[in-house]
Amino acid sequence: MSARVLVGVKRVIDYAVKIRVKPDNSGVVTDGVKHSMNPFCEIAVEEAVKLKEKKLIKEVVVVSCGPQQVQETIRTALAMGADRGIHVEVSGKDSDTLGPLQVSKILAALAKKEDARLVILGKQAIDDDCNQTGQMTAALLDWPQGTFASEVVLEGDKLKVVREVDGGLETVRLRMPAVVTADLRLNTPRYATLPNIMKAKKKKIDVVKPSDLGVDLTSRLEVLRVDEPPQRQAGVKVETVEDLLSKLKEAGRI
Amino acid sequence: MANPMRGAVIRLYKNLLYLGRDYPKGRDYFRNQLKAAFMKNKDVTDPEKIKELIARGEFVTKELEALYYLRKYRALKKRYYEPE
Repeated sequence: MSARVLVGVKRVIDYAVKIRVKPDNSGVVTDGVKHSMNPFCEIAVEEAVKLKEKKLIKEVVVVSCGPQQVQETIRTALAMGADRGIHVEVSGKDSDTLGPLQVSKILAALAKKEDARLVILGKQAIDDDCNQTGQMTAALLDWPQGTFASEVVLEGDKLKVVREVDGGLETVRLRMPAVVTADLRLNTPRYATLPNIMKAKKKKIDVVKPSDLGVDLTSRLEVLRVDEPPQRQAGVKVETVEDLLSKLKEAGRI
Repeated sequence: MANPMRGAVIRLYKNLLYLGRDYPKGRDYFRNQLKAAFMKNKDVTDPEKIKELIARGEFVTKELEALYYLRKYRALKKRYYEPE
């Protein structure tokens, strides 16, 4: 198959880091904090690489938008098996306001430019939890979408996607080209070991500007304030069942 | 004069060190343990024994990768999915 797959990855604060809000409540502290690839994006890359290993698709192109540092994330994806990378350079003020709408416009333009048959993304980023980029990209391209995918099977020119939804599992068949967003149980992403990272240094990363793709980055959203979640109240210990009942009545719970 | 297995051992050390950056107890803790473990065997010269030790090191590599994956999976499952 001569198909090309476009995988979008995002550089986010590492999932294990304790997030701290900036003193001026304008955002979250990112300087000097460990960043890595969004876990759902790792799953997306793994799925694309698996399809290539099964010889069902020909080339995996990984894309990321943001400042210079996102090239590290692209390198990790290349070390996992992607063939080449595209860094859409967005820096300064624009990178702070970069959201799903802008990214999906960029991905849609790239999917057309690279003649991709499939776009795979993580279902959501663990920093903003928007869960919108995949859906918006599909809408802009007017392509079918299989979101929250826990299983993806290529059947000729159709794609069978098992979606993990609240009610259980839903199986849909999509015509290609299509957009898929990866959920947690889609696969087990491989670790990018040092030898693979070294080999990936030979792979190409093209740098493009959003203006080259004809994308306007103005955001219609403005972050007003960022606050920490309310502190958990200490629990209250009671001695007897009567105590418990009276405390619950006091709190208006019964 | 250097042992022919030297390259393989150094490669193993570098790979483990790279993996150790994400170690939950901290990268310095991991580095100290790693160095101690390698130093303990520094006088081994028999290629067969060295092969065995390298295999053990590769086993540790797999264990670390599994640890990292499980940690991440469990954290994300807890954060994003309703308990069953």
